[in-house]
Amino acid sequence: MLEVKQIDVYYGAIHALKGVSLEVVEGEIVTLIGANGAGKSTTLRTISGLLKPQKGTITFEGQTIAAKPAQQIVKLGISQVPEGRRIFANMSVMENLELGAYIRNDNKGIGEDLDMVFKRFPRLAERRTQIAGTLSGGEQQMLAMGRALMSRPRILLLDEPSMGLAPLLVKEIFSIIKEINAAGTTILLVEQNAHMALSIAHKAYVLETGRITLSGTAKELAASESVRKAYLGG
Amino acid sequence: MDFASFLQQLGQQLINGISLGSIYALIALGYTMIYGIIRLINFAHGDIYMLGAYFGYFATAILKMSFIPSLIIAMVLAAITGMVIERAAYRPLRSAPRIAVLITAIGVSLFLEYGSMLLVTPQPRTFPAVFPAEIYNVGGLVLNSQQIVILAVSLILMLVLNYVVHYTKSGKAMRAVSYDTDAAKLMGIDVDKVISFTFAVGSALAAAAGVLVGIYYNSIDPLMGIMPGLKAFVAAVLGGIGIIPGAMLGGVLMGVIEALVSGFFSSTFRDAAAFGILILILLFRPSGLLGKNVREKV
Ligand SMILES: Nc1ncnc2c1ncn2[C@@H]1O[C@H](COP(=O)(O)OP(=O)(O)OP(=O)(O)O)[C@@H](O)[C@H]1O
Ligand SMILES: [Mg+2]
Repeated sequence: MLEVKQIDVYYGAIHALKGVSLEVVEGEIVTLIGANGAGKSTTLRTISGLLKPQKGTITFEGQTIAAKPAQQIVKLGISQVPEGRRIFANMSVMENLELGAYIRNDNKGIGEDLDMVFKRFPRLAERRTQIAGTLSGGEQQMLAMGRALMSRPRILLLDEPSMGLAPLLVKEIFSIIKEINAAGTTILLVEQNAHMALSIAHKAYVLETGRITLSGTAKELAASESVRKAYLGG
Repeated sequence: MDFASFLQQLGQQLINGISLGSIYALIALGYTMIYGIIRLINFAHGDIYMLGAYFGYFATAILKMSFIPSLIIAMVLAAITGMVIERAAYRPLRSAPRIAVLITAIGVSLFLEYGSMLLVTPQPRTFPAVFPAEIYNVGGLVLNSQQIVILAVSLILMLVLNYVVHYTKSGKAMRAVSYDTDAAKLMGIDVDKVISFTFAVGSALAAAAGVLVGIYYNSIDPLMGIMPGLKAFVAAVLGGIGIIPGAMLGGVLMGVIEALVSGFFSSTFRDAAAFGILILILLFRPSGLLGKNVREKV
């Protein structure tokens, strides 16, 4: 469904991604794990069109998308929950969700998806008129996910959804990710919490300083000696 | 001066100040919206206001149109001009350092000023009287028909703007881009289009101000945008640059302060007062009256 092939991405002189390739098959949860600064966010930002690869190709359902502007990539069905959530803190919960549906004009469908989001995140339903910046960290993460779902994506890119959340909330977020996937949305999940990520993913990639160093099924990686040492604490 | 005549004078200057201030507010809105969306002090904005006055002049004096159609034509033409300027001068510099864009804005400003001189001559022109100049006496205070028109038009435009910004899809997109451009892109918002739209709206408001000033002072010239442009910029900073209600408040305050200074002291101090305010805000409240104190977004 999504195929990233040998991409090189730079920030000025900094060579952030060096020939990164990965593939996401429809219906799966694929996770990309790696340490701070490995290039995980850069990978997602490039897929979403916020950065352009110097080399390499990105194809989504047969179309090359690397040269397309970000807004067209969203229209093709790729939606991202960025690192740090990046909700519109000065707007209400409702306005954030409406902006999530910006590319759509089917009011009926938008209404249905709004119900779906509120069902999945009941806490947002109670707070629909609240200013988003006053939500708790966990609620903000839910809002960022709900907002991304409002475009009715075919694939959802999640950048460290567990960041800064209490363990109980992390569990809740991960079970919601599983539910979203079960409902038919493909998922590419970036995480530092390798343990949780590998527990729900089908496939996994390990990124180290801009290069993919390992890949395989989540089970294989969870069992691999080097992954256990580096990311699972022994 | 006894107390009654002091009060009367105060009331009179407030009326004058609020009329003038609404004009500053209309110009300041464009400054603040454009700053909010691309962090640019668009120094050419005062010149758009001047162009608006000329568009209004041609519609009324030459095409003999009445007030409302002239106002609309001036606003539409200025909106187009604003979009063209953004497209031609600022968009190519989207990823250039901010100072480069700022210098370009000054260049655009000079281009519009001296280009207009070439086209319409530096000679001031007399704006036709589109309204019978009537003077109303309300409890000892003098209010003329131009002031009423200025207040009414500004109020309507600000209400429309408020509606557009808060309740329409384009307005929401504008606020999203202004808050976090990358996050807005991830929503599928076409940022270039939103920037274009912002220039259109800001320029249309400036043009309305230009037409209103033409009606108020009867005289327009190619350099008329410089001073009001600067003052509206001060007004935008006073209210908190990037904050829409701030521009409205800052503009009106600015007009009132100027009127009070010229009414109670001398009109020679008027401009000094305006720029004195700028210095005071920058010293004591750089984020403006309605601004949150320095919280750079991360
Ligand atoms: N805007 C930027 N300008 C310059 N360099 C950047 C920029 N963003 C990221 N980098 C660099 O690119 C590399 C990859 O960063 P990236 O944010 O993709 O890492 P990450 O794997 O997401 O890390 P983390 O887990 O901390 O979020 C890092 O070395 C980082 O310093
Ligand atoms: Mg990251």
